[in-house]
Amino acid sequence: MNEPLPPSRSELPCGNETALPTAPGLRKLFGGLGLTILTALPISALAEETQEQPRRGGVIDTIIQPEPPGLVLGMIQNAPTRTVAGNIYEGLLRYTTDLEPIPQLAESWDVSEDGKVYTFHLRENVLWHDGEPFTAADAVFSADVFHRELNPSARAVLEHVESIEAPDDHTVVFTLKQPFGPFLLSFEAGTFTMVPKHIYEGTDFRNNDANNHPIGTGPFKFDSWDRGTVIKLTRNEDYYEEDLPYLDGVNWHIIPDGASRAVAYENGTVDVLPYGTVENFDVPRLSELDNTCSTEQGHEYFSPFAMLWMNNRHGPMTDKRFRQAVMYAMDREFARDVLWNGMGQVPLGAFGSNARFQNEDLTPYDYDPDRARELLDEMGYDGTEVTLLPVPYGETWTRWAEAVQQNLKEVGINVRTVATDVGGWNQRLAERDYDLAFTYLYQYGDPALGISRSYLSTNTAAGSPWNNVEGYANPKVDELFNAAATAHPDSEREALYHEVQEILQEDVPLGWLLELGFPTIYRCNVKNLVNSAVGVNEGFRDAWIDE
Amino acid sequence: MVYARLILLRLFKAAIVLLMIIIFNFLLIQLAPGDPAAIMAGEAGAADEAFIAQLRERFGLDQPLYVQLWKYVSGILSLDFGYSYRQQMPVLDLILDRLPATLLLTGTAFVLSLVLGIVAGSMAAMRARKPSGSVIMALALLFYATPLFWVALMAVVLFSVYLDWLPAYGMFTVGANLQGLDLVLDIALHLILPATTLGLFFMAVYTRMTRTSMLEAAQQDYVKTARAKGLAPGVIQRRHILRNALLPIITLAGLQAGQMVGGAILTETVFAWPGIGRLMHEALVQRDYNLLLGVFFFSAAMVILFNIITDLIYRIADPRIKEASA
Repeated sequence: MNEPLPPSRSELPCGNETALPTAPGLRKLFGGLGLTILTALPISALAEETQEQPRRGGVIDTIIQPEPPGLVLGMIQNAPTRTVAGNIYEGLLRYTTDLEPIPQLAESWDVSEDGKVYTFHLRENVLWHDGEPFTAADAVFSADVFHRELNPSARAVLEHVESIEAPDDHTVVFTLKQPFGPFLLSFEAGTFTMVPKHIYEGTDFRNNDANNHPIGTGPFKFDSWDRGTVIKLTRNEDYYEEDLPYLDGVNWHIIPDGASRAVAYENGTVDVLPYGTVENFDVPRLSELDNTCSTEQGHEYFSPFAMLWMNNRHGPMTDKRFRQAVMYAMDREFARDVLWNGMGQVPLGAFGSNARFQNEDLTPYDYDPDRARELLDEMGYDGTEVTLLPVPYGETWTRWAEAVQQNLKEVGINVRTVATDVGGWNQRLAERDYDLAFTYLYQYGDPALGISRSYLSTNTAAGSPWNNVEGYANPKVDELFNAAATAHPDSEREALYHEVQEILQEDVPLGWLLELGFPTIYRCNVKNLVNSAVGVNEGFRDAWIDE
Repeated sequence: MVYARLILLRLFKAAIVLLMIIIFNFLLIQLAPGDPAAIMAGEAGAADEAFIAQLRERFGLDQPLYVQLWKYVSGILSLDFGYSYRQQMPVLDLILDRLPATLLLTGTAFVLSLVLGIVAGSMAAMRARKPSGSVIMALALLFYATPLFWVALMAVVLFSVYLDWLPAYGMFTVGANLQGLDLVLDIALHLILPATTLGLFFMAVYTRMTRTSMLEAAQQDYVKTARAKGLAPGVIQRRHILRNALLPIITLAGLQAGQMVGGAILTETVFAWPGIGRLMHEALVQRDYNLLLGVFFFSAAMVILFNIITDLIYRIADPRIKEASA
């Protein structure tokens, strides 16, 4: 549904749960620390950490890359806006790293037996940053008016909604047209932001003066923005959670050069490097600095999944044996270990490991160049040249394209890489002017939100680089995905999704490359920074600085 | 009187050139693949036609090219540079906001490179046959040949990471809330690395050119005459040799000065200096046409302005030029 891509170069807003073979509890605490750190950190230190009393005070300096175009979430949903403004604005719900909903502005919620009526009970003592109370009227306005007009990702969810009502000041009722399995996963702050009705109602939203001074309900207030230099947030003294936030403020430094960002951490100017702010090749070096911790957690909600579009409409890609051959020919473990420093996970198939309803019985496409050659012989591939479009976000992606090109050449596929920039890449994908192309998509926890969009034949209209770009069309797959989205309860959904995964595994509409892992690197005395499925996007709420 | 007429004539020509540049830039930019609506939609992940159409309409991109061009040109004539699609602010505000930072950086680099370059070049000319002269020239050659970004990165590694003498990036210390003199000092400290980096190349060029030009001037008959008159060597160096050697340096300085608005992209990026160069680069990547055209306009105006100023300075430095054209 929604791909907040950074506009420029190397930096990817990403991260993923690690595949470290630790017990689940430990794994949560450690996140995806590099193994070196894992062994270097004594368990006793961790036990201590959990007992320590959070300390009030202090300002954290961190980095936002690239500079966001604006800070009004709901109006803008790209990655840097989500990261900064996720600490200013809030949604009705938050999510644990296991993608379980937990209260944010909604204190509790009920779902009707038939899965069609969702009732949210809102917190009562919440104030907007300008002092006005937050009520159910704001929630209805945000969902029914503001997002319907401005927010394509919320719009896709709202299609399932029949009505939104506020029976009293602190209750919101969503009535759906039919059950929609992932509905409770849609209320994250970045996707379904609560915006103040008293400021936006009846105005031209995009030209509202308040856009330069965002007003939310979150733990931090907007303080100032020196364009090109720094965005400052300060503590919301009236925040509804007593004692929170512990910090006095957060400064988001804007540093356009990757090497300079690494230096800023090294020389102590910044203390937190959110996912994707430094180049991959700097990660091992920075992780080994003194007092440095890192985690791959905090991206479970997004779970970025790198893929290889294969244009099903023309050339050898129309033959599924060719597409299977590509899967067998690619050494994805090598790409992960060498290009991504071992971070991330080689996916089994179309459903990533964080997605619900993954079918674990599928046969994986292991690296097998011989099998690839066989398939190519069998289909009678004549050596037609195919083009390969890398993601124009920096060195890692360029090298990755070269690695894939070499893999494919080894089995006899004639590949030419095409270089382009972000604008050109977007356009070529939107116009389907490619043979093979790298991309990555967010999964949003549920197949109906983040996965089915790439395979539904009803979602192939040219003009978007994020829908069914490969042009795959299979009526059976459409039927299964559509039925699964609205099936109720979950056990029914599971059966349908398991079936659709078997078909996709055989058809390979596109290449499944890697569930990307991006670390958040920080000083170890910054505590409790990554504590939910969106990590630093809202993590400063609970973070604190130890002496 | 002559000056006034000359300046008027030049300004008139400049206006025509500028207009042509605007039109040419506008058309050139259309050749780049992708448009701002598609890129913004891509960033926001809008797999939604309505969203893109909404943006295109808002930006006026749904209209025919000639209508867009006409609107743009007539806007500029009334000093309206349009609206940045992405930053949702008037282009003029964005540029004026960043201009001081860039002028501070490039201006400092300009003065630094010019003064040091001429001094080093004169010294090298006077010591043409001594080892010290060769050392200066070797250094100049080194800086001349070294890529800017590499110098920048190495300077950061040495002075910020290793020695911790100078701040690595930014224009002032974030969060220190300095006032008055402290703030000036803070900015000056932040300015040292980027200004030096930016100035090094031109300093090397000035050094080489001053030396060559002075050695050439030193061969002239009027220098022999001056010596024969018994003038002090220092006076001959300054008044007879250096002044006559200045013309090519002025030409080059005019070129460098013309680049003051848009010429520091790399330096601004590496040092996170909040200037115009970065604004331009980001606008290019994001296809923020209005903003990009606005920066182009200011850069072009700067080049033209400094061409005119250079011509005037020629006349002061070498009165023969005035006589020839009058």
